[in-house]
Amino acid sequence: MIRFTRVTKTYPRTGTAVQDVTLSVGKGEFVFLTGASGAGKTSLLRMVYMEERPTSGEVRVSGTSSATATPRDVAKLRRKLGIVFQDFRLLEDKTVEQNVSFALEVIGAPPAFIGGKVGRVLTQVGLAAKGRAYPKELSGGEQQRVAIARALVNDPFALIADEPTGNLDDRATRGIFQLLREINAAGTAIMMATHNLELIRRSEYRTVEMNRGQIVFDSAESASEQKKAP
Amino acid sequence: MRPLKEALVTFQRSPLLSALSVTTIAFSLFALGLFGLVALNIREALERLEDRVEIRAFVTDGTPAEDVVRAATDIAAYPEVLSAQVVTQEQALKRAQAELGEFRDVFEGAVLPGSIDLRMKPGMRDPQTVKRVSARVKAFPFIDDIRYGEEWIEKLYRLRNIAGIAGIALGLAFAVVSVIIIGATIRMAVLARAREISIMRLVGATDAYIRRPFLVEGFAKGILGGLFALVMTWIAQALINKYVIHTIFFDARIALLGLLFGALIGLAGSAVSVGRHLRRV
Repeated sequence: MIRFTRVTKTYPRTGTAVQDVTLSVGKGEFVFLTGASGAGKTSLLRMVYMEERPTSGEVRVSGTSSATATPRDVAKLRRKLGIVFQDFRLLEDKTVEQNVSFALEVIGAPPAFIGGKVGRVLTQVGLAAKGRAYPKELSGGEQQRVAIARALVNDPFALIADEPTGNLDDRATRGIFQLLREINAAGTAIMMATHNLELIRRSEYRTVEMNRGQIVFDSAESASEQKKAP
Repeated sequence: MRPLKEALVTFQRSPLLSALSVTTIAFSLFALGLFGLVALNIREALERLEDRVEIRAFVTDGTPAEDVVRAATDIAAYPEVLSAQVVTQEQALKRAQAELGEFRDVFEGAVLPGSIDLRMKPGMRDPQTVKRVSARVKAFPFIDDIRYGEEWIEKLYRLRNIAGIAGIALGLAFAVVSVIIIGATIRMAVLARAREISIMRLVGATDAYIRRPFLVEGFAKGILGGLFALVMTWIAQALINKYVIHTIFFDARIALLGLLFGALIGLAGSAVSVGRHLRRV
């Protein structure tokens, strides 16, 4: 569903960010992406939603290939993906409801459909009572829930989360992670970049570690190797 | 409908920036309008002057009147000639007395030569044509002398050409400056909404969808700016007309063209600004 084939990404000024990465993420899978700052996690994720194209190799996401996708294809692809960032990226002058419905409006969803859908997804992230609030009236954890609601409102097949708990305290982090687990349990694949080793340790999800643009550890591969070994 | 609503919302949300854009467009177009007004009035004045371009062919004293009339009829049939009028000696004297009233006494008992006065058709009043027709008229044996203010016509023509070229050059310069300024103000509007644009793209809005409200906005600002410019130009013209010198204003067609031009620069400025922004992020 998400497949990297020998992907290298080089920036003209900062050099190689991702080097010869081959990786695939299956339907409904939860994958942690970890590694030091500058290891290439963000670049990798940006290539999933095709904000960046590989310098060489191919990224294929739900049938859309980085080699051939037009700007229109990219827009269509993003309607099937949910994207969440460390800094939430909410519109300050819109209410919680408006921030979420915005994602449906700009892709031309029928207005009759939008109201009900926004209500349901806000309930899902636990913010049903705060629809009329503005982002700055919310805590960091709540703002991230709004961002997640916005990412979910299109029923994406995968959620791409780049350090979603990076700005949050422990309590809020646990809350957000719990929410992501629930979303994943409902069938949405999740690719989440994080520094938080505690989260990784406490869960049984697949973990991919990057260092200097390369994958240095993939728990899925080591598990299959262990199976083969005896 | 959506882009229209969005454009309206932008006006409401950043009224200062919108007002600034409209004002800039208005003043750029006002400058353009003033220049257009000057060019229009110079042209109009020159046309009035050109109307007076006249060839006067003096008739030798004692030529039978019927010969002169026949010649005048012939000359009137030339393709370049609008009219050829016979002026007898008596008429010439009367005219001179009327035109130069204060020297009335000087003409007492004087004899002025009769003439054939030619008017040229519009578009045939350039020095070469006038010279050619003069030469042809001079070929009549009873034409004594011919006057057409050679130097004056050439000066008039040079002036008209200079005014025309200066008009085109300055007008173009103003138009380019307008487009640049308008592009910059729209760019400010785009940058003010950069965050919103980036989120739109993130959730899968197409570039065309993102672009549309800005184009509507630019178009509306252009028309609004054009309207203000038109009003300002009109007031300026009315004031000049009243206190300084008689001038004319654009006709409806040119005024409408000006508005359309404003809308076009608004649209072009927006398209360039948004396009550049979308390509860059």
